[in-house]
Amino acid sequence: MPEDPERKAGIIACSGEELAEGTVSRLAALKVLDSLRPHDTVTLCLPLFVAGGSEDRTFARLHPTITVDGCDLRCAARATELYSNKPAVSLVVNELVAERQLGKPEGRRQLNDAGKQAVEVTAERLAELVDTVLGQARPVSDAAGGAGAPAQREKGGGNCACRSGSAA
Amino acid sequence: MTRTKQRVVVVPCSGIGKALGSVSREAAYELCENLRPHVTELVALSKLVMGDNASRETVARNPCVAIDGCQRSCASKLVKQSGGMRTHTARVLDALRRHKGLKAEGIAELNDAGQKLARVMAEELVETVDALGASGAAKGATYA
Repeated sequence: MPEDPERKAGIIACSGEELAEGTVSRLAALKVLDSLRPHDTVTLCLPLFVAGGSEDRTFARLHPTITVDGCDLRCAARATELYSNKPAVSLVVNELVAERQLGKPEGRRQLNDAGKQAVEVTAERLAELVDTVLGQARPVSDAAGGAGAPAQREKGGGNCACRSGSAA
Repeated sequence: MTRTKQRVVVVPCSGIGKALGSVSREAAYELCENLRPHVTELVALSKLVMGDNASRETVARNPCVAIDGCQRSCASKLVKQSGGMRTHTARVLDALRRHKGLKAEGIAELNDAGQKLARVMAEELVETVDALGASGAAKGATYA
């Protein structure tokens, strides 16, 4: 659970393990968190809404959330609304891929080129949505750290709700 | 008597923020795509979070392997909540304790040690999958 009282956007990816689009949702969320908007975003693990404590639900009630789903089932958006609060914005990878006329993402473990392109497009869209929900307006390229910035969450350990690496 | 084999449902953690979540996911893929592709079925944890009927039924009707990335144990908790009666719980943290040299790092892209930890974990789960998959032959398996 992030403890920073500063207003941030929570990104909740479906991470659907069954589909390549789930992998796209996961990698796009990580790109925003690691590179595009590292200071403005945190990640929440979707399963923790059910299996975890109340901290994650509370965070999602108090902060704007953006869900990114791989498919039309929209598990992340529906679960966020069911267990916490209605997301400020919901994004569906399938729809974005169709809208941008990209190729079909394939390879849930190792994405094909179309999948990698979908990650880039989805991440950029997510970054724009972060700015919108936080009331900021700036181009993606102005983000702190830039696209080549190293990941910061793993080192800091404060932006992940599950802390799955802390006991290692 | 004909012994029918069941599919073994594999449900990894969806942890997005730490390397051990990625290890659970990689171990599940290794198990389902390479080591036992014909007897396993991967089910996305997000579907169980939402109570997807088809996924709940799959979990309830088949033996399961839940792979937890951290002590919150989301995968195993949700499998049980979804009606999973025969569930083996595997924990990445336990695998890491058995293989201390394999320090997993990286999330979007696991380092070599993390990839190896996932492979080792998947290989260790093969015996469990085989036991769970053979109807009536699950004695000795560890059920959580």
